[in-house]
Amino acid sequence: MTSALLDEPLLRPGNTNCAGCGMSIGLQWLDEVFADQRPCLVIPAACAIVTAGAFPTTSYGVPTLAATFASAPAFATGVSVVTELNGETNPTICWAGDGGTYDIGMASLSAAAERNEDILYICYDNEIYGNTGGQRSSATPEGAMTSTTPRGKTEWKKDMVAIMAAHRIPYAATLSVAHREDFLRKLRVARQTRGFRFLVMLSPCPIGWKSSSDESIELVDLAVRSGLFPLYEVFDGERYTINVRPDGTDLREYLSRQRRYAGSALDVDAAAGRIARQWRILETMAKQFPA
Amino acid sequence: MGRTLCTGNYAAGHTLAVAGEANRAARGCCGGAYPITPQTEIIEYLRGFNFRKGRIVPVESEHSAMGVCIGASLSGARAFTASSSNGLAYMTENVFAAGYYRLPIVMIAVNRTLGPPWNIWVDQGDSLALRDAAWLQFYCHSHQDLVDTIAIAFRVAEDARVMLPVMVAMDGFVTSHTEMVVELLDQERVDRYLPPCEVPHRVQHSRPATIGNLTWPRETERHRRDIQEAMERVPAVLDEAIGEFESMFGRRADGAIVAEQTEDAETILIASSTMAATLRGVVRARRLRGERIGMIRIKQFRPFPRSELLRAIGGARRVGVLDRNHSPGSGGIFWNEVAATLHSSDILLQDYIAGIGGGDVTPEILDSIIDDLASRTAAVDPLWQEVAV
Ligand SMILES: Cc1ncc(C[n+]2csc(CCOP(=O)(O)OP(=O)(O)O)c2C)c(N)n1
Ligand code: SF4
Ligand SMILES: [Mg+2]
Repeated sequence: MTSALLDEPLLRPGNTNCAGCGMSIGLQWLDEVFADQRPCLVIPAACAIVTAGAFPTTSYGVPTLAATFASAPAFATGVSVVTELNGETNPTICWAGDGGTYDIGMASLSAAAERNEDILYICYDNEIYGNTGGQRSSATPEGAMTSTTPRGKTEWKKDMVAIMAAHRIPYAATLSVAHREDFLRKLRVARQTRGFRFLVMLSPCPIGWKSSSDESIELVDLAVRSGLFPLYEVFDGERYTINVRPDGTDLREYLSRQRRYAGSALDVDAAAGRIARQWRILETMAKQFPA
Repeated sequence: MGRTLCTGNYAAGHTLAVAGEANRAARGCCGGAYPITPQTEIIEYLRGFNFRKGRIVPVESEHSAMGVCIGASLSGARAFTASSSNGLAYMTENVFAAGYYRLPIVMIAVNRTLGPPWNIWVDQGDSLALRDAAWLQFYCHSHQDLVDTIAIAFRVAEDARVMLPVMVAMDGFVTSHTEMVVELLDQERVDRYLPPCEVPHRVQHSRPATIGNLTWPRETERHRRDIQEAMERVPAVLDEAIGEFESMFGRRADGAIVAEQTEDAETILIASSTMAATLRGVVRARRLRGERIGMIRIKQFRPFPRSELLRAIGGARRVGVLDRNHSPGSGGIFWNEVAATLHSSDILLQDYIAGIGGGDVTPEILDSIIDDLASRTAAVDPLWQEVAV
């Protein structure tokens, strides 16, 4: 887990991530696959930049730029262009929250994807604005209570992978911290692919999810097994691979372990029905347009 | 290069391009391009230019245009863009980020009225709203002034003693869309005039740093004071840059202010951009009639040239400021700065707001303003000068 060249981890110990934060796992696995290439991280306003800690110290062992909230893809474009102009091979990696991705950064993300910039964009999706204390985002799922949806969110989560796939980027995929081999393999695919790559990782957040920090990985596992968070890949926006299928686990198992759903008016059967329809679409795509 | 008849936009686009191209021996150049009237011709020129080591990215917004410049500059490239009006307003967050990151980005601001209501004509309110963003600001009065100032802007911005972004402003349409004969800069001499761009705090993989993470009040205050101190070094650096420019191109570019016939003047008018060019003829004519009148063109708004201005105003008794901009609830923005500069003097200082929304400020209008100033026994709140069109 250390960088071959600097003998320095990408994410140093002693950082400010909460116990049970999905980022801590994701960043360490990112290190495993990318450390030898010495990436440059571009991080918009989010928990992940607080992770760095206060100047002059930093928890990141690789060059890291703090971007304005909406601008990670634009900053990263500048970095990636100049890297290429100078014949350098260091990957440019955006590490952004769901607020910076699904909401405020949507336009600059879409534009960088449309231009097919040579950027790996990873969204750690904790389904909430963590840094500002837990407000809704368009990635917050239906039923979840946040400080700005005190009676539970009434809208369904935005389908970001579908949106990114519609840009026909070379690679889009979902990542689970409960599926290490799948996660690492997808990072390797991203590493070997040029152009715009989009990965979204369901990132457990004990603070926002009001869950127990020792259950983070288990929760993501339940999200995958219940079908709520499908693990799949889309190549060039048109070829689909499903990596893990739901095993019949009851969605309630996942919901009941997070107090963000406690007392919410979510109709679980209706939600399960929607998940089933999503899966029919996904299965059809994988069958009709296999990778 | 020789003398060329071209628009202000063409002249600006060409100068940005040769400056970018000049950095091919170092880390190249990069910028973002997004259209808005009246600056669009500039970014079209840049997109059409065949850079040997550079790329202009056609982004989806001004916010990203500056975002690309920031990423590129933090990677050590020479970075530039252009915008106007609501484009500058939309870009604002990243304009501040570029300043606070101490990045030597050069941006052309083609001054245009902020909307709504929609009006494409000149008004300096767009770039002046960014005066606190840690950028140097120059307001140009002619095509040649523009060309020379852009080249000088890169030198000053990239000088280690300054290391701050520079905005070079011109009047929308009056300068951007009219043609004038101008001496464009040739690549060969620009290559020699501009040293390789070095951004000392750029991304370096041998020295992994986090750029822009949290700071406590003490570091933040230090950072802001560093910027202030860099601003204070601008006069000396600008002087050198103008001197080098003259020995390279054989032309003396204007400095922070241009004072004319102020030595014995009792009355001094202050203006900027093309309004100052019109004012010049009016002041000269009145001089010929025996009036003790002079004028000052303020070219450099940030850092604000207080000591140069005080020296040029000298013993004048009346000063009138012409502002093609307006801060609601206050007055003209240049006037505010001049008032702060003259705070301890008993000079009669009067503000005239003229040409808002692009109204044509003719010599006749300027004459009537000067008559008004001559008749005043005390200053009043900023006066609005109506113009015909
Ligand atoms: C332009 C702008 N608006 C608002 C903010 C305040 N802000 C900082 S981080 C953040 C939420 C980040 O949420 P997300 O992207 O999901 O990352 P997380 O904090 O959850 O890791 C907000 C609203 C900001 N920094 N900039
Ligand atoms: S609030 Fe959530 S996302 Fe932010 S550091 Fe804590 S666990 Fe991680
Ligand atoms: Mg979040």
